[in-house]
Amino acid sequence: MSSVTTPIDELLRGSLDHCVKCTICETQCPVSNVTPLFPGPKYAGPQAERYRVSDEPSVEWSVDYCSGCGICSMSCPQGVKIAEINAQARHKLKVQKGIPLRDRIITRPTWLGRAGTPVAPLANFTLGFRPLRVLGEKTLGVHRNGPAPKFAGRRFSRWARSHAAPATGRKIVYFHGCGTEYYEPWEGQKVVEILEHNGFRVEVPKQDCCGLPLQSSGLFDDARKVVLRLARALAPHVRDDPDTIIVGNATSCTLMLKREAREILDLENDPDLALVAERTYDICELLLELHDRGELKTDFKPVNERVAYHAPCQQQGHYIGKPALELLALIPELEVSEMNARCCGIAGTYGLKAEKYDIAMAVGADLFSQVRDSGADTVACDSETCRWQITHGTGRSSVHPIDFLHRAYGL
Amino acid sequence: MTTLSTDVLVIGGGATGAGVAWDAALRGFDVVLVDRGDLAEGTSGRFHGLVHSGGRYAVKDPKAAEECIAENRILRRIAADCIEDIGGFFVTTPWDDPAYADRFKDGCQATGVDCEEIDPALSLREEPRLNPDISRVFRVPDANIDVWKTVWAMAHGAQDRGARVLPYHAAVAFRRDGDRVTGARVRGARTGEEIDVEARVTVNASGAWAGRVADLAGIEGVRVLPGRGIMIAMNHRLVNTCVNRCQMPTDGDILVPIRTVCVIGTTDEHTGDPDDHTVRESEVDAMLDDGEKLVPGFRQARALRVWTGVRPLFEDAKASDTSTRDVTRAHALLDHDQRDGVTGFVTITGGKLTTFRLMAEETMNAVCRQLGEHRPCTTQTEPLPGSEQREHYRLGERLERKEEHLSGAQLICECEMVTRGKLEDAIRRRATTNLDDIRRLLRLGMGPCQGGFCIYRATGVLHGLDGLSAEQADAALQHFLQERWKGIWPILYGDQLRQARLDDWIFQGVLGVAHTPSSDGDRSAA
Ligand SMILES: Cc1cc2nc3c(=O)[nH]c(=O)nc-3n(C[C@H](O)[C@H](O)[C@H](O)COP(=O)(O)OP(=O)(O)OC[C@H]3O[C@@H](n4cnc5c(N)ncnc54)[C@H](O)[C@@H]3O)c2cc1C
Ligand code: SF4
Ligand code: SF4
Ligand code: SF4
Repeated sequence: MSSVTTPIDELLRGSLDHCVKCTICETQCPVSNVTPLFPGPKYAGPQAERYRVSDEPSVEWSVDYCSGCGICSMSCPQGVKIAEINAQARHKLKVQKGIPLRDRIITRPTWLGRAGTPVAPLANFTLGFRPLRVLGEKTLGVHRNGPAPKFAGRRFSRWARSHAAPATGRKIVYFHGCGTEYYEPWEGQKVVEILEHNGFRVEVPKQDCCGLPLQSSGLFDDARKVVLRLARALAPHVRDDPDTIIVGNATSCTLMLKREAREILDLENDPDLALVAERTYDICELLLELHDRGELKTDFKPVNERVAYHAPCQQQGHYIGKPALELLALIPELEVSEMNARCCGIAGTYGLKAEKYDIAMAVGADLFSQVRDSGADTVACDSETCRWQITHGTGRSSVHPIDFLHRAYGL
Repeated sequence: MTTLSTDVLVIGGGATGAGVAWDAALRGFDVVLVDRGDLAEGTSGRFHGLVHSGGRYAVKDPKAAEECIAENRILRRIAADCIEDIGGFFVTTPWDDPAYADRFKDGCQATGVDCEEIDPALSLREEPRLNPDISRVFRVPDANIDVWKTVWAMAHGAQDRGARVLPYHAAVAFRRDGDRVTGARVRGARTGEEIDVEARVTVNASGAWAGRVADLAGIEGVRVLPGRGIMIAMNHRLVNTCVNRCQMPTDGDILVPIRTVCVIGTTDEHTGDPDDHTVRESEVDAMLDDGEKLVPGFRQARALRVWTGVRPLFEDAKASDTSTRDVTRAHALLDHDQRDGVTGFVTITGGKLTTFRLMAEETMNAVCRQLGEHRPCTTQTEPLPGSEQREHYRLGERLERKEEHLSGAQLICECEMVTRGKLEDAIRRRATTNLDDIRRLLRLGMGPCQGGFCIYRATGVLHGLDGLSAEQADAALQHFLQERWKGIWPILYGDQLRQARLDDWIFQGVLGVAHTPSSDGDRSAA
């Protein structure tokens, strides 16, 4: 397009021109393969978009059933931005129909985290207490069985502040996201220790949510505010040195920073976000790159275990292959089986919603049975919500792939 | 030979002829409407889609502007369901004479065309793809109209009042009784059978073919110079408002959003033959350049299809003073009683689609005059069947309807959301084996893949439903593919080229259509 003023939503819409109706996306969509409530990516994306007029009301509720997993966009051989078109349509639907209180709450991990952390035992009891969950389902529409995480009761940033960073080393900025902050602070500690082991000096700026949960629920205005606040917080830490990068272990959140916020929220022209997007790396992406350059320490001790690896949809949306697999392969004696399933079903907060819980579980069924068949006790997966869903669906424990690296380093 | 007897025989089932039939039926006349092809298969089915506001003619032809705005208001009332209220902009681009804008404004004022100048920034907010370098913008009440829906609504309305509608019946000879035309002989294209239609008055509403039809009746000097114009439909709506260049009317100066596409057009080339559908590469190129001026990036967007239509430009070779012979875009009503001393015969040609109702009204007034019966016209107020609710069509309607039967209704044409039920219904109703007839009714096969993914399905449905033989079904498929191909090859580049390759693999590679038993079959009958 020659015009610089064409807004991004028009460009996304424009990508529908490339659709040749081949149906490949339909065969890949995890949701439409398990429920008749969602007509599938080709229909909801390039086809339905031709019927959407900006000033006409939204007429489809079905697009709300797209989980936003992004598999369709990834599999389309013609480069149609299907999931992104769906996200825009979902946003319009939400704005028009009004946003349920539930979506306003569960898309705010920061609020939840701040409220839950100090009273973690009570909050976790509440979340695990069936009568209250039933009540939550009835009043809020959060499914009683949805895999709600447990509050850790302490915050990662607290640990980071008290942690004595090495005086020297190459500077790197760590974006930990809310999952690490409130639910899995130990993952953050491991990231820091692995990076330090490899000679980095890790900086942990004050930070907040990336806005992805808001965005995927169609609350675009709020999502914009939140992601820009994060971009403003991170940008100053990398602006002055072209070699400083940002690394994150929450793979869906790093994807949000790299690409989704700009594409879906129409923030292509924000300079802070552009800078952050350019510098952001997924942790496994970074470590593998170091390895390729011969800069990753490989003093791994054997780990005599079996692990099942699932690459979550959002990780695949980085279009970087599956670096975690190659990293895990560096660990002596570790037996890794790669799962060949599309999606675990959770897609952020999708599988928590009462009306979508069953769909999410049906989507994940294939993965769950592969995990069970694999004979592995542990599942490695790059995204926290997916890990919670996998554990919920299989009873197996699940960890970030870097957990194994951390153990193998003997840290 | 079958014989029919009627009050009014209408030759030509375009917007004008169907309008005449509807008008006549409402006045209580018995009517027979014939067309050599399907209804609205002539110029009406090949036009640009626009119900003019009148703005286009405000400077050049004030009378036409006045007619357009008056008819625009009437059509919005009586044909609401066929019309989408898209509204229009007249925009001054860097290629337009900036002085024209003021003349345009004055012209609209003088002719009563509603016109409001707006801030270009506002127009860009409404239409973000519009050329940001436009300097002035006027808002006018343009609308688009689904001509097939309109023509069939009028035909059905007339049928409900006793009219007989005969598509695929060409007038081949006239009945003459001295200075009186008493009807015509029509021949069925599918059966070859002839019908003798005796009529008190015969109306020649055959558009660009009106000269030939008048010749058949032995009337001389009705010369219609066909003016060929091309249009290109783009894959989706790049704009949702009709965009006109604010300049003297010329080629490629209107972009009309209609249904799922938007259409850039058009040109005007004189041709000797109303059936000339040549598309020249240079014309396609010029049209895309014109699109680029209105919407930067136009050439990167996907072109779906190109087609041509022929304007009926009337020249009266019989006008006494040859110097005043005018080739006019206004419509021409020829009362052959007054003009040639032949009674029982009226010709209506020229004009615009926007003014078809007015043309029909004037025609039927002339018919009444010849018959000496005074029956008032009611088409200004009587809504067409389907438009009684007076609600305009919205683009999202098909999507909304499909949403109600998401898993129930099987989609045959995915792009245009035609369900199996709708398809079967249309095949039964039309009793046709021609998939192109169905296309005009349902927009079957008119989406991005141009039938690539739906026509083999539709053929299967046709085969199963009608007890057609495999050969006949194959012939129907091939006929449709050939018709579509005509509109695709001149714009084979970019995304549509990829689509054509994929479609080709499906039809030639997988299905081997070229080698099906029908290959030598009778395609013309399809
Ligand atoms: C490129 C182009 C773009 C246009 N765009 C617009 C626009 O945007 N807005 C607008 O208002 N106007 C537009 N027009 C003008 C408009 O399309 C025509 O004026 C209008 O459609 C003419 O309708 P009609 O019924 O008179 O003729 P037609 O639709 O041509 O109908 C005549 C019918 O007569 C039939 N016929 C011929 N010979 C015989 C026979 N022997 N026996 C039986 N039937 C016969 C033909 O098959 C045909 O169906 C456009 C014209 C062109 C060429
Ligand atoms: S984003 Fe995922 S759920 Fe949505 S259409 Fe694409 S593949 Fe299906
Ligand atoms: S995979 Fe891409 S090209 Fe194929 S149908 Fe889906 S959107 Fe269209
Ligand atoms: S998306 Fe990332 S940053 Fe945002 S809530 Fe989740 S973990 Fe936090």
